Amino acid sequence: MKLHIRSGRLVDPTLGTDAVADLFIADGLIAAVGAPPPGFVADRVIDAAGHVVCPGLVDLSVRLREPGFEFRATLDSELAAAVSGGITRIVCPPDTDPPLDEPGLVEMLSRRAASLALARVHPLGALTHGLGGERLTGMVELSEAGCVGFSQGDAPLSDQQVLMRAMAYASTFDLPVWLRPQEESLARGGVAHDGEVATRLGLPGIPAVAETVALAGILLLARATGVRVHICRLSTAEGVEMVRRARADGMRLTCDVSALHVHLSEMDIGYFDARCRLSPPLRSGRDRAALARGLQDGTIDAMCSDHTPVDDDGKQVPFAEAATGATGIETLLSLALRAGEGGSLAQALAPVTTGPSRALGLPAPTLAPGAIADLCIFDPDHWWKPSPAALVSSGKSTPFADYELRGRTVHTIIDGRPVFDAGTRA
Amino acid sequence: MAAHNPQLGPDGELRHLLSIEGLPRATLMQILDTARSFVSVTEREIKKVPLLRGKSVFNLFFESSTRTRTTFEIAAKRLSADVVNLNIATSSQSKGETLLDTVANLSAMHADMFVVRHASSGAPHLIARHVGPEIHVINAGDGRHAHPTQGLLDVYTIRHYKPEFSNLTVAIVGDLLHSRVARSEIHALTTLGVPEVRVVGPRTLMPPDIEKLGVRVFHDMNEGLRGVDVVMMLRLQNERMNGALLPSSQEYFRSYGLTPARLALAKPDAIVMHPGPMNRGVEIDSEVADGPQSVILPQVTFGIAVRMAVMAILAGNG
Repeated sequence: MKLHIRSGRLVDPTLGTDAVADLFIADGLIAAVGAPPPGFVADRVIDAAGHVVCPGLVDLSVRLREPGFEFRATLDSELAAAVSGGITRIVCPPDTDPPLDEPGLVEMLSRRAASLALARVHPLGALTHGLGGERLTGMVELSEAGCVGFSQGDAPLSDQQVLMRAMAYASTFDLPVWLRPQEESLARGGVAHDGEVATRLGLPGIPAVAETVALAGILLLARATGVRVHICRLSTAEGVEMVRRARADGMRLTCDVSALHVHLSEMDIGYFDARCRLSPPLRSGRDRAALARGLQDGTIDAMCSDHTPVDDDGKQVPFAEAATGATGIETLLSLALRAGEGGSLAQALAPVTTGPSRALGLPAPTLAPGAIADLCIFDPDHWWKPSPAALVSSGKSTPFADYELRGRTVHTIIDGRPVFDAGTRA
Repeated sequence: MAAHNPQLGPDGELRHLLSIEGLPRATLMQILDTARSFVSVTEREIKKVPLLRGKSVFNLFFESSTRTRTTFEIAAKRLSADVVNLNIATSSQSKGETLLDTVANLSAMHADMFVVRHASSGAPHLIARHVGPEIHVINAGDGRHAHPTQGLLDVYTIRHYKPEFSNLTVAIVGDLLHSRVARSEIHALTTLGVPEVRVVGPRTLMPPDIEKLGVRVFHDMNEGLRGVDVVMMLRLQNERMNGALLPSSQEYFRSYGLTPARLALAKPDAIVMHPGPMNRGVEIDSEVADGPQSVILPQVTFGIAVRMAVMAILAGNG
């Protein structure tokens, strides 16, 4: 299929360029920019005047809820949601039921995803059997089945010996581990950041040290074992500082933060708003500012959605009893633009394009000829509200439901093939 | 986004009583003044007024509490309301019915008022968000969050003995971390203009950033009690006494028990309060609990008048 994308504003976060030009796509690749290649006859022309054309978004944490939680969401619903949000590549954590600890499960998931031909899916394999924190999984087999890294999801791994051995084993084969730093014994029973809001509302707290104690352990063990580590979902100012220092010391690591934590703080819980029951918890305003700054100065590579579809009943209960998580795959683009306000568009898009690609060890996404034609075309001046009716995902709960967000996807192209057109949006 | 205070109606009138936090001083004074008029009712031969005749008050206790439920029941009956007691801790919740389903069912029975006790902070807020406009919700204690009628009866009691709030020093002593009573007391005292509210307890029982509620933190009880007008003791729950929060009840009493010697550090005319039920010999010495400075029993009496006042004002606001 040959595509001609006419008059779009081409924003390339890798090259840092931003200019209006035509883009020509053939055989899944970007064939030319500006003038068509000789003899190019487009099968379809997309008018992108007034719209931004950029590499497709890469989201480092999307719960597809399959297998095991199909009552909350399915691959079909969530991958359709992904492409409607301009996302062309996602990483899914292994905390399904059963967890992704057998090659057969990973192959089945990959096959299902491939048959839908929507966003590309990169599963993370379970680091330990059943995420139980005791027995290592067959990481070599799992990586051959398509796992891009190994993770415990949100499940605790309190046995430091197991963690160290898992890291040493992964490092033998240069397989990366993706870990969310949270010391379970310090977080136990908590439902909100252990600060002013939790004190006012009488909610059991999760102290910031629950993150930093675990992070210190991960960094020390990673150094001792030489494993490549990706830190998931930082939430504290001290955590950002520790990562900054580790990088300055020359450690090989990448890290991400969720869009929720870049934009919200504990104050947003207001009067027990269960939509803000998240894991890690929303922290203080100082933490939020440090996360945003870490994203700007490159300490944090990527901003992910931490997309977690939760059914309505899960949130219609008192705050402490509510299911954790929020839908986010369709708001990632808008929230990246919101986080990057004041800077260039190329800079705003880097944490959802080049940053996460770096964490995945993929080539930097670009619009230069020869690059894979995974693209997002969006209208930067379209304002919208992520109300339940506006969302494709089965998960409707988001703290941003009443926000006016800027920027909405008009077309998504994967492998040179349009997979989403806004015209089909309800 | 700052949400609208869910307790107040469009004209600032009280729709629900969920927390003391965020209520205007005038609303608290209205409740205290109304309660004063009901104290005389409770002392009469016929202890009834017809203000809630024909209204149904449902006591929804998702966590059992005979004491608090009884005081609400008496208050409602003295206002001539019909009272239905539901001990939900042992009924529908255990059959898997959700909180909101229970509330929807009871609303369909034309309740006018729900008095809610729940182990989860914020449960009364959730209920208040989902009931029709004709139903009022009173929080009778939710998790660690709030126990507003207790806070109100405490400030009523203080006012009875010390009429001027603006020159008082008040100390709240004990397990602040888990106490909904303490949180409501703090908000009531600071809203009414008490210039110095102190909180006293070990670091393990002190919530983070509590000074942001406008209190001074003390870990030394002798320092905390020096020169105070009011000592408000908190109950120490049995399950907290031996573990990682406190080594033992004896050791707690050694540092934070209210003894005659410690009370002597307060002003000579200081009053001693306790929300009950007391653990004698754990947080308070019997000699103090039964002594001349104790106003613990009057608190109970005033508690009924204060709950009558809250119900009457809510019913009056339509």
